[in-house]
Formats: sequence, structure tokens, C-alpha cells
Amino acid sequence: MKDINKDCVNCPAHNINNLVKLGVDMKNFDFVVALAGNPNVGKSTVFNALTGLKQHTGNWPGKTVGRAEGAFMYNNKRYKIVDLPGTYSLLSTSVDEEIARDFILFGQPDVTIIVVDASTLERNLNLTLQVLEITDRAVLCLNLIDEAERHNLKIDDRLLSKELGIPVIPCAARQGIGIPELLKSIHQVANREFICKPYRMTNTTKNISKAVEDLNDRLKKEFPKLSNTRWIALRLLEGDQSIIDAIKTGEIGNLTIPENEN
Amino acid sequence: MENREKIIEIANKYRWEIGENIHDAILESIYSSASNITSKVVNKIGEKSKFNWDKWIDKIVTGKLTGFPIMFVMLAIVFWITISGANYPSKFLSWILIDNIHPYLKSLALSLSFPNWIVGLSIDGAYLATAWVVSVMLPPMAIFFPLFTLLEDFGYLPRVAFNMDFLYKKVGAHGKQALTMTMGFGCNAAGVVATRIIDSPRERLLAIITNNFSLCNGRWPTQILIATIFIGGAVPNYLAGIASSAAVVFIALLGVTFSLIVSYFLSNTVLKGEASSFALELPPYRPPRILQTIYTSLIDRTLIVLWRAIVFAAPAGIVIWLVSNITINNISLAEYFINWTNPFGFFIGLNGVILLAYIIAIPANEIVIPTVLMLTVLTNKLSGYGSGAGVMFELDSIQQTEYLLRAGGWTLLTGVNLMLFSLLHNPCSTTIYSIYKETRSLKWTMISTLLPILMGFTICFLVATFWRAL
Repeated sequence: MKDINKDCVNCPAHNINNLVKLGVDMKNFDFVVALAGNPNVGKSTVFNALTGLKQHTGNWPGKTVGRAEGAFMYNNKRYKIVDLPGTYSLLSTSVDEEIARDFILFGQPDVTIIVVDASTLERNLNLTLQVLEITDRAVLCLNLIDEAERHNLKIDDRLLSKELGIPVIPCAARQGIGIPELLKSIHQVANREFICKPYRMTNTTKNISKAVEDLNDRLKKEFPKLSNTRWIALRLLEGDQSIIDAIKTGEIGNLTIPENEN
Repeated sequence: MENREKIIEIANKYRWEIGENIHDAILESIYSSASNITSKVVNKIGEKSKFNWDKWIDKIVTGKLTGFPIMFVMLAIVFWITISGANYPSKFLSWILIDNIHPYLKSLALSLSFPNWIVGLSIDGAYLATAWVVSVMLPPMAIFFPLFTLLEDFGYLPRVAFNMDFLYKKVGAHGKQALTMTMGFGCNAAGVVATRIIDSPRERLLAIITNNFSLCNGRWPTQILIATIFIGGAVPNYLAGIASSAAVVFIALLGVTFSLIVSYFLSNTVLKGEASSFALELPPYRPPRILQTIYTSLIDRTLIVLWRAIVFAAPAGIVIWLVSNITINNISLAEYFINWTNPFGFFIGLNGVILLAYIIAIPANEIVIPTVLMLTVLTNKLSGYGSGAGVMFELDSIQQTEYLLRAGGWTLLTGVNLMLFSLLHNPCSTTIYSIYKETRSLKWTMISTLLPILMGFTICFLVATFWRAL
């Protein structure tokens, strides 16, 4: 009897039945999930598939300008999910990019789902790598896999997962393909069943590496609980005003180390 | 605290030592990592697909010669479907809500011997205004929004922006303003919020101030009705449909032109600056999911906009009933105002009725026409229409509306100028509030509100003067 149950839990069909779409009922959630990605890759479609909400979706970049929130329940855990505006990077300072970055940085989501367009993977990875610099817990939703196949592109998702150090789930969210697997990964990352080892960029020049390391050490001393000091050091070097302000006010000290790093 | 300052100081020192290229170095490292990983995991199988439909369609809809004509034709087709399709459900709704439920409610209220003023205020004022808005607005919105959303879902909207962006760039605005302008065709308040996609505050202000020049959903019915009566009536019968459709498209394009002119003027005076460049990604065409799109656009857009209209129509109905029933020396407040503003109205080719209607309709442009009709009846003491002072009503046919307006002293000039004034006047209160929320500046909110109305007076005056001189 136990064995059968175990098999059921591993079967995607069982898991999708375990999904309770809660819509806007966001009371007493256990985890916060953020949805990030380039414009027009289907973030809102994934959002709707998970929450059962009917957030307006449209085939043009820049449709979501604020952030939408919803909730779902999966395996008896309640998740609050936040749909962030689509951005190409987290480096510049337009309002929508700031909303996205500040949420991932200060909102401290338990899982960040990075939605990418499989047919333009390279461009999408630019944002993915930047997100992975900020957060340790992410899942890559390799969306629009059907379109990529139509363009005769084959993507090795297992190798990609190994390279990035996070789960990679091929999806076609419009048709509901891959959503059960995506849910399972979110669950695993949120509950620390899957420990991410996110890709970190190394190939910068010597001068920069030295400066980053020095600042990194100082930041760690001043804010011992701060998790992504390396990224903050980089932003300081670039003169990012909102990060400078956050250090001045000490607000940045609220960013704590996720338990799995200890 | 000191340590924090010190960290920032050291970071600044490093930044000077390393120089400008740090941003580039970081970007380069990101890009090379991305391309490195991509080359490992992506495999192309065989040839690229034989024929690229997306590119072929793009060549036509964004072509130099074909782009704009296709845009106009698409626009015209959407209006034509909306105009011709909305008529029957509109008639049906008004038959139920106005011809049947209204008399029933009234006789019910009277039989329960409610005081006269309560019956007037609630049933002739609030209920009728609401019923009119529902019967006039629901059908065109239920057709227009799904059509518009289907185009959006298919991927046509970014192509419109792509066609137009060079124009906006030329006048010193951001190319993405073309996108927010297109959003404004649905609802200006939504268009104003959508300007968040524009990075630079200067260009964002331009987009916010000029969004009002996109005819919004609340103004389409006015344009369509007045064009049908006055433009359609001025040409031979067989040309009436085409001429009135063309007039509406002309006003819409005039709005786009004004948004360009005003952007040019502002970006060369108070909002000086270089236009920033941006990359507009043309998304792939996707087959629209028709049923789902119709469902979500009905829920998301139609019902929300309709609800807003109803919320504003009911109090407006009360106001109309009050101003036309509160009298001093046997003359109602409305008549005082109309008689007082008539000379100015005549001066700019409009009349006092229209001016009062636009004040009452600040919360929602949708109720301009019913207010105009009601006030016309009232001030000209026409008999046989509606049912007493302050009652909003729906006329059975366009001919009757025409007769009524002509009896109120309307000419072709009044019609043309009303269409122009409907394009060029203050934004509705929701949009004004959105502008304030987005800009957080009273000054820019005032400018966005007053600029179009001043333009409206000027243009109407010029048209009236030339018209009368000819």
C-alpha cells in the first residue's frame, strides 16, 4: 500500500490533482514565489495557469507594468505568487526593472521562477544570469518549447540545468504542458529538497575582481547576515544609487542568508 | 554607521580607479556566459524551417508603403464591425431597460405613493442614466474590446508601434509612446498607467500628457452617432455609411497628429531633451485563442469599464435631474447656465448645452450624448420627447435624434465642432487621477487637464470662424 502511494506522489498526474488554485486568496501563505523573465515570454500565462486567475495576457512586450499577486496550494503548502513586469536586465533604472529587481532583492521570495522563451534562449539567459547573481533559489521555466521545436531547435534541458545549477522545466504554458513538473520543482526548491548551486560569473578583469573582493569582505563585516554581498559589491562599483541608499539607511542589512548556505 | 559611509567611499574610489568601463565589463561577462551556455545546450536540427511566415507578414504590415494603409484599413474594419454590430443589441437592451422596466418602476413607485421628488431623483435620474449607459455602451464594448484583444493576442499591436515609432522619435518623444497611445484607444487611464514602460521621466511625461489625444472608448459612441447624423446626412444616401466611418477614422488620426504636434512643441520648450533609443522586440505571431480571448476581454475589460460607467452614471443622472428641476423664478439652474454660456458657445461654434454637458460628464465621457439630448429638450421646451424635465432618454431612431438636435438649433458646424471638442477636451476624472498618481505632480496634472481644453476652444473657434466666413 505504501509503495503505491509513493508511486502516486511521483506521478505528475497525481501532483496536478494536488494543485488547488486559490486565486487572490493569499492568507497565511507558507512560501512566496516570484515570476521573473524577459517581456513577452508568457509570465502572465504561467501565473494564470498556477493561480486560476484570468490576468489579462497579451502578445506584446511590456504588458504587465505593476505586479500582480495570486495564490495556489500544492501538497498542502500555500504559495503566494507575484507576477513581476518583464525586463531585459536588472541593471538599468526604469520603473519596471526596479520593481522586478527590488522584489527579488528585498522581497526575498522563497523561489524565483525565471520564465524564458526557449526559441531565443541566449538573449533570455542574460536576465537569468543576473537573477542568479541575486538569489540562490530559482527554477527555470523553459517556456514556449513548442515554438522552439517549430523552429527546429532542440534544447538539452538536463545539461542546461547542470550548467545553471537550478531545475529546468520545459513548458508550453498556453497548453498547460509542463505545469505539473514546474509545480513539483517549485515545491522541491521551496522545501529545500533541491539545493540550487547557481551559476556565478567569474570572467571579469583582475582590477574588478580585486575591488569586488575587497568590498565583499567589508560588506560581510558590516552586515554579517547579508547573503548576496558579491552582487551588492558589483552594484556599488557601478554606482547604483538605490543600493547606495539601502546601505546608508542600513535597509540592506535585512537581507538574510538563506538557511541552505550554512 | 561610519563603516557604511566608508564602504561607499571606498567603492567610489575603486570606481574612479577602474574607470568607465566597469558597466561594460560586467555586461560583457554576462553576455559571454550566456552565449557560452547557449552554444552548449541548443542544437539546431536540419535546415531552418522552409518558409518563415512571421517574416513574410512583417514585411507587409511593417512595410514602408504598405504599413500605414493596412493600419488604417484594420482600424476602419474594427469600427465598421463595431458600429454595425452594436445597433441591434443596443436597441434590444434599451427596449427592455427603458421602454419596459422604466415605466414599470415608475408606476410601482407612484403606486407606493413615494414623494414626487424621490421618484424623479432615483428613477428618472439615477436609474435612467444607468440604463442608458448600459444599453449604449455594453454592445459596442462587447464587440470592440474582444476585437482589439484578438489583434493584441495575434501580435499586431507591437507592429503598429513599430510603424509609428519613427514619428514619435522625430518629435523628440520615446518610440514606445506609440504603444501607450494605442492603449489609450481603449482607455486613457489605462494608457497613462502603461507609460511605465518608458524609462526616461521626460519622455514619460510627454506620453502621459498626450495620451488624452487617443479617442477612448467613452468617446467612440459620441463620434459615431454625431458622424452618422451630420456627416452621413450631408452626403448622398449611398455614401452615408462610408462618409461617416471615414469621418470617425479622420478624427482618430487627427488625435494621433495632435499627440505628435504637442509632443514636438513640449519637447522643444519645457521638456527639452534627446530622444532615447530603444529596441522594440517584435514578438512572434501567435494564433489567438479566440474563445479564451473573448471570455477574458469580456471579464477583464468590458465589465470593468462598464461598471465604472455605471458607478458614475447614477450620480450624474441625479445631478442632471437636480439642475433641471431646481428653479429660481421658474427658470431652472441648467437654463441659467446654458443661457449664460450660449454666447461663448456660439462664438466657438458650439452651444451652452454642450458646454454644460461636458461639465456634468467630467466623471465619464460616456454620458455626454444623453445629457446633451436631455438638456436640448429642456431648454427648447420641445414637447413629445422624453417624459419631463431631467429625464435621460433614448430616442427610438437616429432620425428622431437628428430632428431633435436640429430643432435645438444644431447645424453641420455644431456637429463637426462637437466631434472636434470630443477629441480635444479635458480627460475624464479617472484619467486625471491616474495622471496625478503617476506623476505625483499637481503642475503636470493641471497641464495635462487644461492644455487639451484650451486647444479644443482654439480649434473650434478657428473652424467656426472660417466656416462662417465661407
